[in-house]
Amino acid sequence: MATVYLDFEKPIEELRDQIVQTNNIGTNSEVDVSATTKKLEKKLQDTTKKIYTNLTPWQRVQVSRHPERPYTLDYIENLCGNDFVELHGDRNVADDKAMVGGLGMLDGRSVMIIGQQKGKNTKMRKHRNFGMPNPEGYRKALRLMKMAEKFNKPIITLIDTPGAYPGLEAEERGQGEAIARNLREMMTLKVPVICIVIGEGASGGALGIGIGDKVLMLENTWYSVISPESCSSILWRSWDYKQQAADALKLTANDMKKNKLVDGIIKEPLGGAHANPKETFSSVKASILEHLAELDKLNPQTRIENRIDKFCSMGVVKNK
Amino acid sequence: MGWFKRTEKGITTPTKEKKETPDGLWYKTPGGQIIETEELVKNSYVSPTDGFHTRIGSNEYFDLIFDEGSYEELFASMKSGDPLGFQDTKKYTDRLKASQEKTGLNDACRIGAGKTTSHELVVACMDFAFIGGSMGSVVGEKIALGIQAAIDRNCPFMMISKSGGARMMEAGFSLMQMAKTAAKLILLSEKGLPYISYITDPTTGGVTASFAMLGDINIAEPGALIGFAGPRVIKETIGRDLPEGFQTSEFVLEHGFLDYIVDRRELKSNLDLILRLFKS
Repeated sequence: MATVYLDFEKPIEELRDQIVQTNNIGTNSEVDVSATTKKLEKKLQDTTKKIYTNLTPWQRVQVSRHPERPYTLDYIENLCGNDFVELHGDRNVADDKAMVGGLGMLDGRSVMIIGQQKGKNTKMRKHRNFGMPNPEGYRKALRLMKMAEKFNKPIITLIDTPGAYPGLEAEERGQGEAIARNLREMMTLKVPVICIVIGEGASGGALGIGIGDKVLMLENTWYSVISPESCSSILWRSWDYKQQAADALKLTANDMKKNKLVDGIIKEPLGGAHANPKETFSSVKASILEHLAELDKLNPQTRIENRIDKFCSMGVVKNK
Repeated sequence: MGWFKRTEKGITTPTKEKKETPDGLWYKTPGGQIIETEELVKNSYVSPTDGFHTRIGSNEYFDLIFDEGSYEELFASMKSGDPLGFQDTKKYTDRLKASQEKTGLNDACRIGAGKTTSHELVVACMDFAFIGGSMGSVVGEKIALGIQAAIDRNCPFMMISKSGGARMMEAGFSLMQMAKTAAKLILLSEKGLPYISYITDPTTGGVTASFAMLGDINIAEPGALIGFAGPRVIKETIGRDLPEGFQTSEFVLEHGFLDYIVDRRELKSNLDLILRLFKS
């Protein structure tokens, strides 16, 4: 159960508090509170449903960044259990802590799982560089993808980044080149590639591991060319228009699917992925297995052609 | 009627004839040099005294690269839609219209196909004057079609990048143009046709992180700003001043991401050399 509440979740927090208090009265006195509790729980359910079925784009952005939302390694731990070996390093410069990956067993089948990793507390957030990879992160990801291709293992990427790191060393080591290379190389990987946005999908930093046969988004995530805050600061010249920017960017899973920029949406439990991580893991697992079964039926050449055709058909122009 | 009175209203110069030259008789470079505009034009828009490369548009590049009268523009009429109904302080459609009127261009990229020193070549060239050379669906689609035109003509493809990055007003669509152009380049590569990426001032963001860095040969104009993140963002992130020469062509060359830097005045002869070396 969540312990951190977003501003629009206040009614949920209040009801949860009321339930706790009511239960305390029940245990500390002779009063029968079961009817009240039941009523409150029903109300909690309804309130949560009401809030979560009408989330604005900006609220979804907030849910996607919820500090208790599961991160890549949480998925890996739950999907693969002990049968996972994390592989480190780009064999060139360093091991990027903001990008993790390795071989894991998923439902009896070995897969390569790669994703950006955020930290859970201040110290770890810094350690993980807030999920913002350096070029060596993208190069590590590519190294692991090539290895997966060599050993014929499908690739699952989990996308959760506020962007590629805009740092001095990142520029020296070619952030742009690292991402560009991944875009090109991922297009022609012979094995099935499934990409899932599990949190934030910010721009080239997300796309750098986002070229797949199937690109999916969890229900409360966002994927766009820029964050609403930066968009606000550039186009409105103020940080105060992030809500308008979030609306304008059409960055939600529904909008991205409607515009045919992603292939599918994975439902989240009521109250968001963080409200019930177990259920989230099992939906993600089911979705991966379903899509893998479908992709397995195609030969590598067809998969690559479909992948290239899909990305080549994206965009809307006039007077073609 | 005064001799200076306009007889026809509006802009009547066709795009092809529009020159993105510095206004006025004199031109002052950022280095403080003052030169005659006419002299600048004759010198490929490079300041003859300090070698400063002024920003020019697709029309000027096409004139510099293609043999006289040898090129045709492809897909010229393509314009941006407004797939998201985007509006910030202005409507995207109004921004487009204003830019089109101001620049005489339809969008931020033009495709020229023709001959350079008798070699067949398709060139896609970005126009920074059009919404900062930003890449939306039109830029992505034109580059993709330009690459296809090179494949169809069985000739090399050259990209001249000059862009602030992705076009925010097309959000997800503009992001995916990075993927699209990278995908299309694979098809060129499979045909064994060379891709020359010429990077000019400035080239940042999603353009650097896609086709600009994917050339068989990556070359740049001297002194150009080339990077993924913009210098202001980096400065804010790291909280200190950036070293001198950071993110210039020379810096990018030194760090191994460019093959070489070529002065715009030598671009055509250099292209001839590379194309001969690839061909024979």
